[in-house]
Amino acid sequence: MILPETALITPAMALQSLLIIPGIAAILLLLIPSFRLGAWLNVLATALTFMMGLYLFFTPHFIAGLLFVDAFNVYLIALNTFVGMTTSIFSATYIAHELERGHLTPKHLRFYHAMYQALLFAMNLALSSNNIGLMWVGLEMATVTTVVMVGIYRTPEAVEAAWKYFILGSVGIALAFFGTILIYLVAQPVVGEGMAAMTWTRLVADSGNMDPKLLSLAFVFLLVGFGTKVGLAPLHAWLPDAHAEGPTPISAVLSGLLLNVALYAILRFKMILAGNPESLSPGPILMFMGLLSLLFAGFMLYQRKDIKRLFAYSSIEHMGIITFAFGMGGALANFAGLLHMTMHSLTKSAIFFAVGHVTQAKGTKDMDAIHGLSESHPALAWGLALGVIAIAGLPPFGIFASEFILVTTTFAREPLLAVILVVGLLVAFGALLLRLQELLFGEPDGTSRPLEASLMPLFVHLALILWAGLHLPENLGIWFARVADLLG
Amino acid sequence: MDYNLDVTHLLAGSTLMVSFVLLYQTRMYGILNAFAMQAVILAMAVAWQSRVQHAPHLMVTAFLALTVKAGVIPWVLRIIIRKLGIQRNIETVVGIGTTLLVAVFLTMLAILIVVPMTSAHAAATRQDLAFALAVILLGILMMITRHNAISQIVGFMSLENGLILAATGAKGMPLVVEISVAFSVLIAFLVFGIFLFRIRERFDSVDITALERFRKERLEGRYSHGESLIQPVIPAMDPVRREPT
Repeated sequence: MILPETALITPAMALQSLLIIPGIAAILLLLIPSFRLGAWLNVLATALTFMMGLYLFFTPHFIAGLLFVDAFNVYLIALNTFVGMTTSIFSATYIAHELERGHLTPKHLRFYHAMYQALLFAMNLALSSNNIGLMWVGLEMATVTTVVMVGIYRTPEAVEAAWKYFILGSVGIALAFFGTILIYLVAQPVVGEGMAAMTWTRLVADSGNMDPKLLSLAFVFLLVGFGTKVGLAPLHAWLPDAHAEGPTPISAVLSGLLLNVALYAILRFKMILAGNPESLSPGPILMFMGLLSLLFAGFMLYQRKDIKRLFAYSSIEHMGIITFAFGMGGALANFAGLLHMTMHSLTKSAIFFAVGHVTQAKGTKDMDAIHGLSESHPALAWGLALGVIAIAGLPPFGIFASEFILVTTTFAREPLLAVILVVGLLVAFGALLLRLQELLFGEPDGTSRPLEASLMPLFVHLALILWAGLHLPENLGIWFARVADLLG
Repeated sequence: MDYNLDVTHLLAGSTLMVSFVLLYQTRMYGILNAFAMQAVILAMAVAWQSRVQHAPHLMVTAFLALTVKAGVIPWVLRIIIRKLGIQRNIETVVGIGTTLLVAVFLTMLAILIVVPMTSAHAAATRQDLAFALAVILLGILMMITRHNAISQIVGFMSLENGLILAATGAKGMPLVVEISVAFSVLIAFLVFGIFLFRIRERFDSVDITALERFRKERLEGRYSHGESLIQPVIPAMDPVRREPT
C-alpha cells in the first residue's frame, strides 16, 4: 500500500523525526520538574514516534542522507516504536508507585524519563542509519543509557549489575568498533575513501570484490562485540543481572528491543559476508552460539529464584533460537527467525509487564514467596499465564508458529541439530511451566496489594501475538518472505 | 619518504610500550601518570597522521586527546583518589610477572593476526593497526586483572586510545567517527563518575571486591533481600596502608 504524496509530511521528514522527536523529548523531560507531566509527555512522544514508524512502514524505500529505509530495517523500526509506546504507557502507570514506595525520588524519575527517550533515540539511530559508524554510535549510546537506568535504584545489587553491564558492554562495544574500522579498511580499496566506504548500501553492493581474509577477521570482531550485546552464551554474563535489578519497564525494553537491535547489526554485517563467497561463512558460528545459548539458558531456568532473572534467562534462550535460525539461513529459516524476533519482542515485553505487576502486588521478586496469584489477582494471573504459555511455545500463539517452522525446516536439512534444538526447547518449556504452576496456584501468602498499574498494554500485546498465531496477516507474511530473501 | 614510516612506527610503538608500563604500576598516581603519558603520545601519533595524510581535521582528535585525556581526566581522577583516600597499593588478581607474560603473548597474537591479513594495505596502516590491536587487548587485560574501579576505568580509556590509534591509522576514515569516539569517551567517563560516586556512597570503597563480597554475604543470608545496607561492608579506609600525600 502506498500513501498519496500529498500528505503533510514527506517520508524523509518522517525518518528524521524518528530521531528528532525522542531527541527533543529527552531534553524537555530533563527540564520538566513534574514527574506526572513527564510520564505523559513520555507517552505522547513515543506515540508520535510510533505514528512516524507506522507511516514509514507503508511508504516505498529510500535513502535520505545518512539515513535509509529498506525492507529489513523498516519492520524493526515499526516494531521498536510500537513496543516503545506500549512500554511507556505501562511505565506511566507503574513508575509512580515506585515513588510512593520510596524506591525512587522525583529527581530520579525526571532522569529516568529523559533516559528512556534517549534510549529510543539511540535505537532508532542504530536501526535507520545507512552508515556503519553511525550505527555503532547508536548502539554505544543505547548501552550508556541502559547502564544508567539499570543502576537507578542505587541498591548494592543494582550498582553491581550496572557496573558489570557497563564493563562487559563497553568491552563488547570497543571490539565492535575495531571490527567497524576493519570493515572500513577492507572496503576502502574497493569503494574509495571517505563516507562511501562506511555506507551500508555501497558495502553490500561491492562486497564481492573485497579482500575475503580481512572481511572475515572484521566479522569475528563484530560478532564478539555485538554478540555481547545480544547476550549470546558465553558472552551473556551481564544480561540476567541487568534485567533483574533495573526498573521493570527497562527490563521489557532491554529484552524486547535492545537485544533485537544488536542482532540486527550482526545480521547486516552477515549480509556483507554473504556477498563474498570466499570469506568465512558465518552460518555455522551463529548456529553454534545459538544452540549453546538455548541449551545453557534452558538448564539455567530450573534453578532461578528471582522472577525477573527467570525471564532474563528465557530471553537468552530465545535470542539463541533466533540466532540459530539466521545462522542456518535459507528462505524458511530466515522467515522463522524474523517471525520469532517479532513474536519474542511482543511476548517478552508483555511478560515483563505482568512481572512488574506481580512484584508490585507482592512486594518481592522471590518466587518462593509468590503463590496463589490465581486467587488473589485473577486478571493478572490470566495475563501472566497466557504470556508464559506463549513464550514456552504452545499453540495458538505466534511463537508456536515460528518454532514450528524452524523445527520442521531444521529436521529437513540438519536432522542432528534439530534433535538438539528440540531438546533445548523442551527443557526450557518444562522449566517455565513448572514455575508458572507454582506462581499461580497454592495458598496465597505474604503481603498482597491490589493492582495499581494498568493491565491494558499487557493484554494488547497478548491479543497481537494471539492474532499472529491464529492467522498471520497475508501482507506481513509476504513482507517477511521478502526480507528473508534479502538476508540470503 | 622512509622516515615518515619510521616516525609513525615510533609513535605507535611507544603507545604500546606505555600500555606495558600501565600493567606494572602498583600505585594509583603511577597509573594516572602512565595514562597521561600514553595520551600525550597518542596525541603526537594522531598529529603525525594528520600531517602524513594531509588531513587537517585529525588535529581535532589530537587536540582532544591532549587536553581531555592527558589533562582533564587524570586531574579529576586525582581529586577523586585524594578525596577517597585510596592512594594505597593496588591489589591485582594475578601477579605482575604473569600479567606481563600474558601481555607479551597478546602483543604477538595481535601482530600475527593483523599483519598477514592486511596484505592489500600500505605498510604503515598494517603495522599501526597491529599496534592498535595490541593496545586494545592490553587494555582489556588491565580491566580483567585489576579489582579497583579506578584502574578499570583507566584500562578502559587505554583501550579507547588503541581504538583512536586504529581509526586515525585508517586513511581517510570520515570525521564523524572520530568525533563520536571522543564523545563516547566523555560520556563513558561521565557514567563512570556517577558510578564511582554511588559505589562510594554505598560501600565507602571503590574496590570492586567490596561489591562482590557484599553479594556473597547476601547470598549467605546476612542481609535480607531489598533491605538497605546500614553498615559498610568494608571500613572506609585503612589508615595504616595509606600513602603519605
